Amino acid sequence: MKCEEIFEALSEYIDEEITIQKCREIEAHLEHCSNCRIVVDTLKKTVALYHAIPAENVPDEVRLRLHKVIRLENGES
Amino acid sequence: MEVLVPTDTELLERIRKGDSDALELLVSRYEDRVYNLAYRMLGNREDAEDVLQDTFMNVIRSLDSFQGRSSFSTWLYRVAANAALTKLRQRSKREKSESEFLDDVYSVKEQAHAGVKLTDWSANPINQLLNEEAQNQMDKAIDELPEIYRVVFVLRDVEGLPASDVADILGLSVAAVKSRLHRARLYLRNRLSAYFSGEAQAP
Repeated sequence: MKCEEIFEALSEYIDEEITIQKCREIEAHLEHCSNCRIVVDTLKKTVALYHAIPAENVPDEVRLRLHKVIRLENGES
Repeated sequence: MEVLVPTDTELLERIRKGDSDALELLVSRYEDRVYNLAYRMLGNREDAEDVLQDTFMNVIRSLDSFQGRSSFSTWLYRVAANAALTKLRQRSKREKSESEFLDDVYSVKEQAHAGVKLTDWSANPINQLLNEEAQNQMDKAIDELPEIYRVVFVLRDVEGLPASDVADILGLSVAAVKSRLHRARLYLRNRLSAYFSGEAQAP
């Protein structure tokens, strides 16, 4: 496989959504292509970093306002 | 004693009969997820709050038209994603054109072709990389994504939904979701590479 084809398949590769055959071909390529390997590793790390950002929960005052608006919308005082 | 947690469908039935506690319970179940989606799409708390309120108002007003063809959470995410996109479009900021964006996405391929040795910053542990400044850079990078890429990336990689759910929410094919996701990730990788390799070279 050429770098071009590898490049397009990298997300499916890191998400493990490709066939075993294609996975083997990519890994064979990565063994001798250091730039493609760096792109795979840094792409994986990029996804992992975004996964690792703590979720932004609703701040308490925003939650209170939301529930108040909902009660009003629902016809309650 | 075993406490049974009502399903979304059970709560919806109760809401339709006028049970306001059921409505509050349903909102509480999803409010953090909607808020996080909005916050990551828009990058600030004020807009995220607007989207949160718009989403639940729209949901309450359209409950009667919800047929249950998709799950409630898919429908809710669809309403939330649309509310976030609407908010995003109200901004006057010019979005990168598709060709500018794709040039950026594929610049790494050009570099690799030209024989440039890429910088590998992947060995650094996540807790070392993920400081406040890096998080700001990551938020900024999301903010540079054109909306059709941003919404896919946030639903898939920030909210952690499967590609098939993202496809249902956005009315896209799974192949289109995967292709947009891949380009968004490559763009973000390029931005983070520029940032982290700059960091690595700093004295």
